[in-house]
Amino acid sequence: MALQSLDIKARSATTTPSPVARGEAIKVAKLIDISKCIGCKACQAACMEWNDLRDAVGTNVGIYDNPRDLSDQSWTVMRFSEVEVEQGRLEWLIRKDGCMHCDDPGCLKACPSPGAIVQYANGIVDFHEEHCIGCGYCITGCPFDIPRISKKDNKAYKCTLCSDRVGVGLEPACVKTCPTGAIVFGSKADMIHHAEGRITDLKERGYQNAGLYDPQGVGGTHVMYVLQHADKPELYANLPKDPHISPLVSLWKGVTKPLMSLGIGLAVFAGFFHFVTAGPKEVEEEEEKTD
Amino acid sequence: MSKMIQRYTAKERNNHWVVSIAFVLAGLSGLALFHPAFFFLTNLFGGGPWTRILHPFIGAVMFLSFIAMAARFWRFNHFTAADRQWMKRIGDVIRNRDQGLPELGKYNAGQKYLFWIMVVSIPVLLLSGMVIWQPWFAPYFPIWLLRVAVVIHALAAWIMILGIVVHVYAAIWVRGTVRAMTRGTVSEAWAKHHHRAWYREMTGK
Repeated sequence: MALQSLDIKARSATTTPSPVARGEAIKVAKLIDISKCIGCKACQAACMEWNDLRDAVGTNVGIYDNPRDLSDQSWTVMRFSEVEVEQGRLEWLIRKDGCMHCDDPGCLKACPSPGAIVQYANGIVDFHEEHCIGCGYCITGCPFDIPRISKKDNKAYKCTLCSDRVGVGLEPACVKTCPTGAIVFGSKADMIHHAEGRITDLKERGYQNAGLYDPQGVGGTHVMYVLQHADKPELYANLPKDPHISPLVSLWKGVTKPLMSLGIGLAVFAGFFHFVTAGPKEVEEEEEKTD
Repeated sequence: MSKMIQRYTAKERNNHWVVSIAFVLAGLSGLALFHPAFFFLTNLFGGGPWTRILHPFIGAVMFLSFIAMAARFWRFNHFTAADRQWMKRIGDVIRNRDQGLPELGKYNAGQKYLFWIMVVSIPVLLLSGMVIWQPWFAPYFPIWLLRVAVVIHALAAWIMILGIVVHVYAAIWVRGTVRAMTRGTVSEAWAKHHHRAWYREMTGK
């Protein structure tokens, strides 16, 4: 990753700053307009194709979701929800699930291996599997249940937002292939602007609660949704309403890490200085002789 | 030299050192994954993935050997009135002013506290460690439980490491103690000074 090292703005298990001297890069984002999605799964196929992934053939469990869940071979899956938001009006909500590329990534915070998870200056969060040790801490850090550990190599995998394509000025494979234009890609500012137009349109068509999903609890995300019912994101296969890094993970990777380390160091020094001050506890010779 | 008294049998000593070696290895490999400042310790274990692979097995060895040790020493670690008296004078003990301390059995209150800290923390480490053990057990637990387990695991390990730092230092500080675990014997004078009730029991004096 030599050519990209200047573009890394955050790096797992690293306590000193990453290169930030250069000016701010343009932040990218992928916008998924759920109101335009027809559930064709072309994005899933494109993802497999570009990233050389082939999931095992699964079994039909009576719903459209296929594969059933994310895996080391399926970095994005369509999740189909049949809901009656209003009585007697069935809606089929299809959400393309995958890494949200949080601006404040919980996986990166939790990872113990230096450089196994990085965030590029453009906002993409990427796993560098060659540094991954397979501990699964990223799973505890992620508020969206995204990373999957491969049974083949015990390394964690997830959507890269096609960082290899974006790095050479191409759009992600899923964006390229989407036949309805439900997935678009560009600078985050442009995507927010584009979403605003879509939301206005949806509101005119009766979706009063249409809105953008760019949750601020994780600093905003570099994958955003246009939701017809932004007031109830849970309708979309349990998309969290207010995602944030678990307070337990913040506690574990926040104050406890340095404080506990300091505590152990202090205990060792306390012993050393006690020895220098009070000296060893010796049984006096006289005591021995009187026996 | 005064006469020697047997304090630990060869079996007890070996048991203790198996636990100790497993503790040092589990501790170093665990710290390596706890804070980036300690990540270099993964080099002792053959790199990051090997550290992740070995750590839980070392922990399991520590747990199993500790069970045997706890069973051996359980009955010597009940607190008594003398222990409470001794704890009241802990400041004097630390300043090496040992005159007039109560007569103690095989262990003093500090040693007993350490014993009970280990009795609690080692099974907690085992259980919380099982929950986060990749790739064998962790996939069967919900993510919220993994989050609880990592915090508990770190906390229990921290308390245990602090306890062992004190334990090791006390053995160095109190002269004539280390040979109890290396050779199995202590001098009569040592026994009489530090554990007089145990000394009386052993010698009949």
